[in-house]
Amino acid sequence: MNAAVESRKLRVATTSLAGCFGCHMSFLDIDERLFELLEHVEFDRSPLTDIKHCGPCDIGLIEGGICNAENVHVLREFRHNCKVLIALGACSVNGGLPAQRNHLDLGQCLQEVYLTGPGIVGRQIPNDPELPLPLDKVHPIHEIVRVDYFIPGCPPSGEAIWKFLSDLLAGRTPRLGHPLLHFD
Amino acid sequence: MSQDYAEAGQLDSRLPPIFERYRYEARYLVQILREVQDALGHLPAAALSAVARALCLPRARVEGVAGFYSFFHLTPVGRYRVLFSDNITDRMLGSGELIDRLCNKLWVERGKVSEDRLVSVDTTSCTGMCDQGPALLVNGRPLTRMSAERIDRISELIRKQAPLSDWPREYFLIEDNIRRYDELLGRQWPNGEALKAAVARGREAMLAEMKLSNLRGRGGAGFTTHIKWESARRAPCAGEAPARYVVCNADEGEPGTFKDRVLLSSYADLLFDGISIAGFTIGATLGLVYLRGEYAYLLPALNENLARRRRDGLLGTRVLGEDDFNFDIEIHLGVGAYVCGEETALLESLEGKRGVPRIRPPFPATEGYLGQPTVVNNVETLCKAALIAVNGGAWFAGLGTKQSTGTKLLSISGDVETPGIYEYPFGVSVAQVLNDCGAGNAQAVQVSGPSGTCLAMHEFSRRIAFEDVPTAGAFMVFGEHRDMFEVARNFAHFFAHESCGFCTPCRVGTSLVANCMDKIASGQGSQHDINEIFKIHRLLHAASHCGLGQSACNPLFDTLNKFRPAYERRLRSLAFKPAFDLDQALASARQMTGRDDPAAHFGLAAGLPGVEA
Repeated sequence: MNAAVESRKLRVATTSLAGCFGCHMSFLDIDERLFELLEHVEFDRSPLTDIKHCGPCDIGLIEGGICNAENVHVLREFRHNCKVLIALGACSVNGGLPAQRNHLDLGQCLQEVYLTGPGIVGRQIPNDPELPLPLDKVHPIHEIVRVDYFIPGCPPSGEAIWKFLSDLLAGRTPRLGHPLLHFD
Repeated sequence: MSQDYAEAGQLDSRLPPIFERYRYEARYLVQILREVQDALGHLPAAALSAVARALCLPRARVEGVAGFYSFFHLTPVGRYRVLFSDNITDRMLGSGELIDRLCNKLWVERGKVSEDRLVSVDTTSCTGMCDQGPALLVNGRPLTRMSAERIDRISELIRKQAPLSDWPREYFLIEDNIRRYDELLGRQWPNGEALKAAVARGREAMLAEMKLSNLRGRGGAGFTTHIKWESARRAPCAGEAPARYVVCNADEGEPGTFKDRVLLSSYADLLFDGISIAGFTIGATLGLVYLRGEYAYLLPALNENLARRRRDGLLGTRVLGEDDFNFDIEIHLGVGAYVCGEETALLESLEGKRGVPRIRPPFPATEGYLGQPTVVNNVETLCKAALIAVNGGAWFAGLGTKQSTGTKLLSISGDVETPGIYEYPFGVSVAQVLNDCGAGNAQAVQVSGPSGTCLAMHEFSRRIAFEDVPTAGAFMVFGEHRDMFEVARNFAHFFAHESCGFCTPCRVGTSLVANCMDKIASGQGSQHDINEIFKIHRLLHAASHCGLGQSACNPLFDTLNKFRPAYERRLRSLAFKPAFDLDQALASARQMTGRDDPAAHFGLAAGLPGVEA
């Protein structure tokens, strides 16, 4: 049975929600080790594959917090499909920069940006059903679904992401030592 | 501006006498701030600057101390400051409805000062009146046995701005409620009797009696008292002002405990004898009593007692005519901080600092108050030491059990017929105690307060002793009709409020736990949240700086193990649920965009491709 577990490549899905793709850029900073990684994993939904919906996976990496309805749907899809769900980076762990809007009232924000602010043409709050509605507050992902692991950092270094994934692949409980958690 | 000038003038005239009373010494900072606040009503910024200048302290240090204690106010407070005791026993007696009633009558919002600055109504941690609750403090003075009628009358008195001295005297009546007398409570102890006995024995012999008695500390930790005394006696004094000190820990903050209140009000002679005996034995020159702010009403009587002792030659120079026995006692008042019951936090507070626990070792016995050898003992421990001086160590060791000698005072409250103080020899069974206090249908007992142990019915045969169930004295009984989840939630909020904020595991962890409990209480909880509580419990236990954080999750751990259905019946599902209504979180955007299509809702969007409900 062990052989069966080891011979199969693990499926990994990644996405960026209310984030800046900085964590994904940092992920690419593992550079040529990406080839080594690809010997052990295959990518499901991810900006690397452009697959639109996530299927059953072993590992899901979520960058960014939750700021709108679509984020919630994507996050739930990941949680439903991924055995292990990882919050990747400060926005995913704590809400981060997008959560700076949490002390403002959403209604007033929309009003000022689309209706009353200077230099506005058209003066209408976008209401196309294609557009996801914003939530009144931005949330870290653990407030919406159960999360298994957290990788802090803005962004976490490529080194930290590599250490975390290689621990997971090797069957060790991931541990980032102090140097990889040290940001100043 | 004119008000500022007036204030500045007031400072110049009113503060210097306070500074002089404390000889401009920085170690009295907490006491000085307390008196400045008494004089001015609150601690305005200008007063903090004046204190810093007078004591030659950095302004930040003064502000840091002023901001630490919950009874210091940096902004103006109402002329009547009403604080309801918020222990679970007060809540069980209906304090919640009484708070709402008073707020409604006075047209104030809980926690806010009324616009005319007349009154504020809020809650505070347990005030030590659990046997005669619901209790509250008005401008620091305790009132007991509140009822709807009393609350109505109080709201009238406040609206009429009647001075507290004109309020009905029975509101301020505080009873001892001693229900079971044993060796300590069972007789009158004349002033100085025990001290004379100790001096007659001599220092070495007194220490030998202490050793023979095997007395262990009554404040909770149960450390053997004679070892503390002996270490302090042997430890060298160092520095510019070499001295030894005795500190009496009367910061009885553990919710559900009120035995020290009774000892301080009715057995103060015995306590002061005990402090003097400790001083005599270890060679100290000063005893300090750290009295919790909630018991400030006891201060005049205690100071009068000390003055009488000085007149009688029981304090001062050459006590009882002994050439090398100079000893006096000072009382310091706490200002509302549970953590100061921890002995090193208490020493920090005595030295005029924030009540943050120190790292041990060094232990206070070698480096305590002002870095000098210091014995820190609980009120009850020192009273027991006085008994040992009179009757001898062998007599004491004959009471109780082998490892828990002597008697123990229990503060019994909750669902019992006769709440109050019960003195038992150690080794008494929980069932016996429950029987004596008339707890007909108890389902649980919280022994030794929130940081202690929660016992369920099948454990009532266990015994009160260090060998089995250790206790600092609290004994809160919960009848079958009580919801043990709400009990634990009250304790979780207590710890979150009282965390001193120094170490991250405790500061953040206690709040996370309180949030988890609120989430479960609001019906949004899941199995995941229970797992989180266990996880944080382990983390707090391992990583906290002091006992507060280490024991903060004990009541949750116990109740989760023994009353799990009380939690589970509140859970929304076994899978994770957010703490808030997601669909409601879109309401504002729906309103602004005028949308109501399926994608503008969470529940309705289930049919969309790739979307789950």
